[in-house]
Amino acid sequence: MVPLQRSKTNRENTKVQKNPLTRRAKRDALTFAIFTFPNFLLLAVFVFWPIFYSFYLSFFRWDMISPTKRFIGFENYRVMFSDPVFWLVTKNTLILSVCVVVLKLFIALSLALVMNRDLKGRSFYQAIIFSPTFTTSVAVAMVWRWILEPDYGLLRVFLRPFGLRPINWIESTTHSLPAVIIVLIWVGIGYDMVIFLAGLKNIPTELYDAGLVDGVNPLQEFLYITFPLLSPTTFFLTITGFISALKAFDIITILTGGGPLNTSNVLVHFLYENAFRWFKTGYASTLALLLFVVIMAITLVQNRLSKRWVHY
Amino acid sequence: MARLVFGKKKPSWFIGRTFVHLTLITFTLAIGLPFFWMLTTSIKNPVEVATFPPIWWPKSPKWDNFAKAWSAAPFGRFYINSFVTAITGVLLEVSIASLSAYAFACIRFKYRDFFFLVMLAALMIPSQIALIPNYVILSRLRWINTYRGIVIPYVSSVFGTFLLRQYFLSVPSSLYEAAEIDGLSHFKTLLYIALPLAKPVLGTLVLYIFIGKWNNYLWPLIVTTRQRMRTLPVGLAMVRDAEYAIGPEHLMAAAIFVLVPVLIVYFFSQRKLIEAIAAGAVKG
Repeated sequence: MVPLQRSKTNRENTKVQKNPLTRRAKRDALTFAIFTFPNFLLLAVFVFWPIFYSFYLSFFRWDMISPTKRFIGFENYRVMFSDPVFWLVTKNTLILSVCVVVLKLFIALSLALVMNRDLKGRSFYQAIIFSPTFTTSVAVAMVWRWILEPDYGLLRVFLRPFGLRPINWIESTTHSLPAVIIVLIWVGIGYDMVIFLAGLKNIPTELYDAGLVDGVNPLQEFLYITFPLLSPTTFFLTITGFISALKAFDIITILTGGGPLNTSNVLVHFLYENAFRWFKTGYASTLALLLFVVIMAITLVQNRLSKRWVHY
Repeated sequence: MARLVFGKKKPSWFIGRTFVHLTLITFTLAIGLPFFWMLTTSIKNPVEVATFPPIWWPKSPKWDNFAKAWSAAPFGRFYINSFVTAITGVLLEVSIASLSAYAFACIRFKYRDFFFLVMLAALMIPSQIALIPNYVILSRLRWINTYRGIVIPYVSSVFGTFLLRQYFLSVPSSLYEAAEIDGLSHFKTLLYIALPLAKPVLGTLVLYIFIGKWNNYLWPLIVTTRQRMRTLPVGLAMVRDAEYAIGPEHLMAAAIFVLVPVLIVYFFSQRKLIEAIAAGAVKG
C-alpha cells in the first residue's frame, strides 16, 4: 500500500536498510493477504469447513435442534447402504443423469451443426433456445406442471395425433421420472448448443478445405473431421452436464416433489428431505458426503483424462 | 469457412436452407412455447383454463388475474426481499472477486499459485454438502430469517475471481508498471486502472451473478421460515403448496412476476451473456 516513492527515499536516507526488495516483498505479501482475505475467509467458513463438519456429523444421530448429538459410529453408513429408498434414489439419479446428458448432447450437437453457418435470424434462434438457462427454475417447473397436466395440458395436444391417451405424468410411478428428464433437457439444450457452437468455431477451416479436396461427403466430414476435433467440447459438456444432473433439485422438488412413492426422487432432494423435513441431520450429512465424494472422483478423473486423451 | 463452401457447392438435403430454418423454427417453438403458454394461461378465465383442445388466446383477456395473483401472497414484500438480497449479494461478490482477482493477477507473492489452486479446488465442491453445516453456523449466529443469512454464505467468488483475473492479466503490464512508478497504491491501481479497463467483462459478470442470485431457490428456502423474509422463488413455490387456493391462471400470473426482471435483463444482455459463456466460462 505504501507508494514506491517513499521506499526510494528510505533507501537513500537510511543506508542501514540492506535489501529494499525484501521490504517490498513483505509489503506485497501483506497487501496480497488483505486483498484475498474476504474471499478466503468466506470460502473457509462456508465451503471448505462444511466438508469436515459433514464428515463429523455423519457419525452422529442428531435432530439439529437438541443441544446434544449422539455418537453412533458407522450406523448412518450402514443404514444408508441397507436403505431401499437410498438405492432407488441412487438408481433414479443415475438414470436421470445419463438420459439427460446423452439426449441433451445429441440434440444440442445436431442443433449446433445445423446452426453453424451464415444464417438470417441466427442470433434470434440462439437467444430463444438459450433462454431457459437463465430462467428461474421454480417458475419453469410450475409452467411444466401445467403443460404436463393430463386433461388440459398443452403436451396432450401434441401427443393426441399419435393416438396416445392422456398421460398423468406427475402422478404416475412410471412417467414422473421421464417428465423430469424432459424438463431438464428443455432447460439445458441451449447451454450445450452455445458451447458446441463455440467449439465448432475453433475447428480450423483448412481441414474442411482439405476434406473438400479429398472429396469427402458430409457424413464422412462429420465423422472424420468435426466429431474428433470437437472431442474436448463433448468431453467437457459430458462431465459438467453429468455433475450438474447429479445435483438437480429445483425442478424436481417443484415438478414432482420426488413422488409418487419416490419414483422421481433424486439424491439432493432425498438429502433435503432428510435434513430439513425429517431432521435426520446425521443421515443427511452422510448422503451429502457421498455426493461430495462422487463428484470429487468424477472431477479428478476428468482432470486426468482431459490431459491424456483430449487433444486441443 | 467450411459452411460457405458447403452451402455453395453441395446444396444437398443435408444442408438445404429450408431444412435448416424448419429445424430451427421447430426447436425455437419448442423452447418458446412454454413461455407463451404461461402468458396465455395467465389471462384466461377459469372455464377457458379447463378446456380441451386448449384455447390459444382468450377472446377477452382477463388482465385482472394479475391483480388477484398479486394479492394472493405478499408479492410486494417478496420483490423487496429478492431485490435487496440479489443486489447486495452482487455488490459484495463483485467487490470480493475484484480484490482477490487483482491480488492473483498483479501482486507479487511467493505462494500465489498455491493459493490460486486452493481457491480453484473450491469449484469442485458441490454446494449441497454445505447446506447442513451452513444452516448450523447461521443458526448459531442467529442469522436465520435475515438478509445477512441469505446473502453472506454465497458471496465468496471463485468463478468471478477467475474471470476477472484472466482479464486483468490480459491488460498490458506496462500500465500497471506505470501506476507503480507513479506511486499509486495497489488499491488505487485496482480502482482507477484495472477495474475501468475491465468494464465490459465486469458488466457481464454483474448480470450473470444477479440472475443466479435472483433464481436461487434452495438456500433461501432453507434459511427463511417466516413468510415476510422469503424471496420470490420461495414465495412462489409456497403459493403453490396449497397455502392459498388459487387457480392455474393465477399461478401462471405469479410465475410471470418472478420471471419479468430476469427476462428483461436477459433480453437486453443475451448477446453478451452468451458470448461470455461461449468464451469458456464454466457454469457453476
